[in-house]
Amino acid sequence: MSNPQRSFFFNVDWLTVFIYLALCTIGVLSIHSAVFDPKNPSIVDMDTNYGKQFIFVIISVVLGIFILLLESRFLSALAPTIYSVTTLLLLLVLIIGRNVGGNQAWISLPGGIRLQPAEFAKYATCLLLARYLSGTNIKVTEIKSFAIAAAIIFFPMLLILLQPDAGSTLVFSSLLFVLYREGLSPYFLILEGLFITLFVLTLKLNNMPLIIGVIIALTLVIVLLFKRNRQIITTVLLGAAILISFAFSVKFLYTSVLKPHQKTRIDIVLGITNDLRGKGYNVNQSKIAIGSGKLWGKGYMQGTQTKYSFVPEQSTDFIFCTVGEEFGFAGSVVVLGLYLLLVLRIIYIAERQRSPFSRIYAYGVGSVIFFHVVINIGMTIGIVPSIGIPLPLISYGGSSLLSFTLMIFTLIKLDSNRMVMIYA
Amino acid sequence: MNQFFERRYVIGGIFITLTLILLGRLFYIQIIDDRYLLYANKNVIRQFIKYPARGPILDRNGITLVKNELVYDISVIPKQVKPFDTLEFCRLIGIDKAEFDKLFLKAIKYSPSLSSSFEKQLSPQLYASLQERMSEFQGFSVEEHPIRSYPDSVAAQFLGGIGEVNDATIAKYGGYYRLGDYIGTSGVEKAYETVLRGQRGVQNKMVDSRGIPKGSYANGAYDTLAVSGERLTSSLDITLQKLGEKLMKNKVGSIVAIEPSTGEILAFVSSPGYDPNLLVGHDRSTNYKTLATNPYKPFLVRPIQANYPPGSSFKPLSALIALQEGIITPQTTYNCPGYYMSGNRQVKCTHVHGIVNLSGAVAGSCNGYFSMVFQKLIDKNGPKLTDTTFNDWRNNVAKFGLGSRIGVDLPAERGGYLPKAALYDKMYKGARWRASTVLSLAIGQGELGATPLQLANIECTIANHGFYYTPHLIKGIGTKNIVKPEYLIKHDVSIDYQYFEPVIDGMQAVVENGTAIQSKIPGIIMCGKTGTAQNPHGENHSIFVAFAPRENPKIAIAVIVENSGEGAHWAAPIASFIVEKYLKGSISPRESGITPEHFMEANRLPEITTYSGNKATVKADSLKKLKLDSIRKKGLIKSASNKNKKDITIKYLAAIKRKDDE
Repeated sequence: MSNPQRSFFFNVDWLTVFIYLALCTIGVLSIHSAVFDPKNPSIVDMDTNYGKQFIFVIISVVLGIFILLLESRFLSALAPTIYSVTTLLLLLVLIIGRNVGGNQAWISLPGGIRLQPAEFAKYATCLLLARYLSGTNIKVTEIKSFAIAAAIIFFPMLLILLQPDAGSTLVFSSLLFVLYREGLSPYFLILEGLFITLFVLTLKLNNMPLIIGVIIALTLVIVLLFKRNRQIITTVLLGAAILISFAFSVKFLYTSVLKPHQKTRIDIVLGITNDLRGKGYNVNQSKIAIGSGKLWGKGYMQGTQTKYSFVPEQSTDFIFCTVGEEFGFAGSVVVLGLYLLLVLRIIYIAERQRSPFSRIYAYGVGSVIFFHVVINIGMTIGIVPSIGIPLPLISYGGSSLLSFTLMIFTLIKLDSNRMVMIYA
Repeated sequence: MNQFFERRYVIGGIFITLTLILLGRLFYIQIIDDRYLLYANKNVIRQFIKYPARGPILDRNGITLVKNELVYDISVIPKQVKPFDTLEFCRLIGIDKAEFDKLFLKAIKYSPSLSSSFEKQLSPQLYASLQERMSEFQGFSVEEHPIRSYPDSVAAQFLGGIGEVNDATIAKYGGYYRLGDYIGTSGVEKAYETVLRGQRGVQNKMVDSRGIPKGSYANGAYDTLAVSGERLTSSLDITLQKLGEKLMKNKVGSIVAIEPSTGEILAFVSSPGYDPNLLVGHDRSTNYKTLATNPYKPFLVRPIQANYPPGSSFKPLSALIALQEGIITPQTTYNCPGYYMSGNRQVKCTHVHGIVNLSGAVAGSCNGYFSMVFQKLIDKNGPKLTDTTFNDWRNNVAKFGLGSRIGVDLPAERGGYLPKAALYDKMYKGARWRASTVLSLAIGQGELGATPLQLANIECTIANHGFYYTPHLIKGIGTKNIVKPEYLIKHDVSIDYQYFEPVIDGMQAVVENGTAIQSKIPGIIMCGKTGTAQNPHGENHSIFVAFAPRENPKIAIAVIVENSGEGAHWAAPIASFIVEKYLKGSISPRESGITPEHFMEANRLPEITTYSGNKATVKADSLKKLKLDSIRKKGLIKSASNKNKKDITIKYLAAIKRKDDE
């Protein structure tokens, strides 16, 4: 059905390409503004972050075109290899990795390049998950398939947690959306939602008897209302048991497992502590930067919070501050709009695939991108704990940019062959 | 397509919902909540104060009395201080470790993150050695600050000084002043603070997170330039002032010279004085302590704060009021037997004057004549109306500026003392008192107190034949030389023009051939009056008041030399030198042979053990008088029954009054 001879760009989803390029451009410009040094105004200076990012963008576009040259089947077939290689790298980083800021996440390569294997692991996991789930007779509703799928996700998570990079680890949990789309019971999603609510309430209220009491009370109400329906009663009772044990494990996790700095980050978001000079400084300054942008922002390169280093990590994790401060609410809407458009477009693309591999892979990419966006922006405006993950395509960082480029262009390539059935 | 196709809407829905939550939060912090913009500005905008140059003060001929000079102030932002060699730093700025700790603690108390002033007024020399090493002392910064400098070291008490604001001052002026600012604390500096201080400029700079300036904020749209303080032109004549200060060296007292036609003060000497340069610069606090503990009280602004009984210098005024009231005419005579008898009271006179008319009485300072006049005046409406008549007299005296602050443009002026009838009612507890009871007022003694400024102002009024302008020290504010409107108002004392001539005749005679003949100026007709103020603590105060020349007077003057006896001996010669210097530009040899050098070198400082300061003197004087009057009263009551005691009383009185007479 396909005719690959026609053009490299045949059937390419231009809207996705456009959004991709738009976000990359916003990225380079934002980094330029955030770290601009009047003594060094060139945009292609390799000594500056924006100069480097500009080069990364060019490399990424070349890489994207290269992917478009590949065969869709080849990408599918390559999945186990890519997964193995990234797994090896994740192991390697634990041994020879460079420790920056408490995270052993980088492998130094000759030429001053630093590779962050965790970024590529996301791509690899999406590919392998898609390949496995698209296999014949594989159903996530079956316990064995579910277990294998979960193992594909958990293995890199475990390795990344050892670095320890909590942010990147959590990113993999977004793949729950993929499993849900492929038939996993909605209770998992509901449960996840309840978990998050309970997590917040447990720590914020710090009143276990009250929380447990409310759960039991609600359960009793539902049981009394649906006396006849045994299925609902069973589900609710099971759910209640899970929630109660979850609440206790959160308490345990928080008091016994989490490191003090992680606890502090959670405390700040939940408003339990309010240490604006110390641990809360980053988020507070970030909020000031974004909040001070008002409707239209202070203008490009006019952001005082970012330009004068009040916001830390202003070209990586807190790059959204530059957008919020210099382009205001209008700029925030545009950027968030682009991301939402991107992920909705990816869902749309996913659903038009003939091949389940392509569909599952697309959901994986969409979920990972969206998780990054929500966590990153949520962190800069103080509604999500400070977790160091980049804003896709905008944050400074070669590994992150290349990884997202691989994800998106692989999707575009698969989509250009959307009527082809790819068998695992 | 498969059975879970619909789930894409759930996933899409979750994505949209979460995006909307983010947008909602963004909307709240970016649009609704205004705090963040304030915080951002607070982060990045630092106000750098540009201090205006304080206005200079010139003398009447444009010679600089006060100007500005640069010194260097060290400020500190405690939070930005990194460990450094404290001892070396202390050595460089010339303080010890304890002092350093004290200052640093004060700065932290003010604010850990804001700049506050640390050590002040380093000389340019100290600054030079510090400057090279400033980079070692992070968090400390140096700002140049103009301080006052006095090229001729004159008129310290007139000029006053500036000092750092304290917490109370900051509160009082509602936030205009900030810690480390200077404010006029005395003299003209205080009186004209708002004119002299100028306007501070503010430069808004943007700083990065480490506080390093990165450029101006909003291209300087909100910056203001410092506006220099206005120039003040004082009425002082620096040559006269210098001469006055030299003549008063090693003496306690005052010289006030006024231009009668304008009220402009030409010389304002308060002795002992001090070099105003001592109170600026690095050693100012040590110098201040030394001066403040000086027993002769150099900080007392004697021309406006010291009260003296005017003594005989009061007589011309007494005469003028009596003439206006029609009690006497210039031809009224008194046959002076060497005393004046009021009932059974005797007021002793200096000589046996024989028959004297008004001019003669002024010239000869006849106590008898003025006691007679005063008694006539107070008793004119009979004994029942003594109170009213007395108060009328009192009000007439008050018109000359006695008894209340005259309104000179200096802070802390005192009003002297002029009694009301009520005082005597109280003093004699309802018992009848009469002119004879308060007769000492006639010759400027008793419950009278006047500042040297008030005495000089009386001379202005006599010179002008009936009016004066409020004496003032600043004749021009700013380059336009604006004069305060209150100094352009003519104050009339309600004495008719013709009554002045006979009094002035007498005053001329005082110098021509009277008590002050020694001080006669060749070629200039000076009209004056000597006086001696009672001082129960030591030798009496020497007083001389005068104006000159007689026709078209240019200068009125009052000189007081404390503890120096008769007015003719010390105050009059000093006054004559000032007057001559002002009118002729130089001092010519005198027939009497007195020379300014003799007076400059003379030391009339009272011994510290006996000197109690003038303020105390006046109080003690009043107390003494009070006692005296009660003794007298008792004496009068008892006189009928005990003649012996009466005699003793009168003798006692005479002993006290010995110095009244001149």
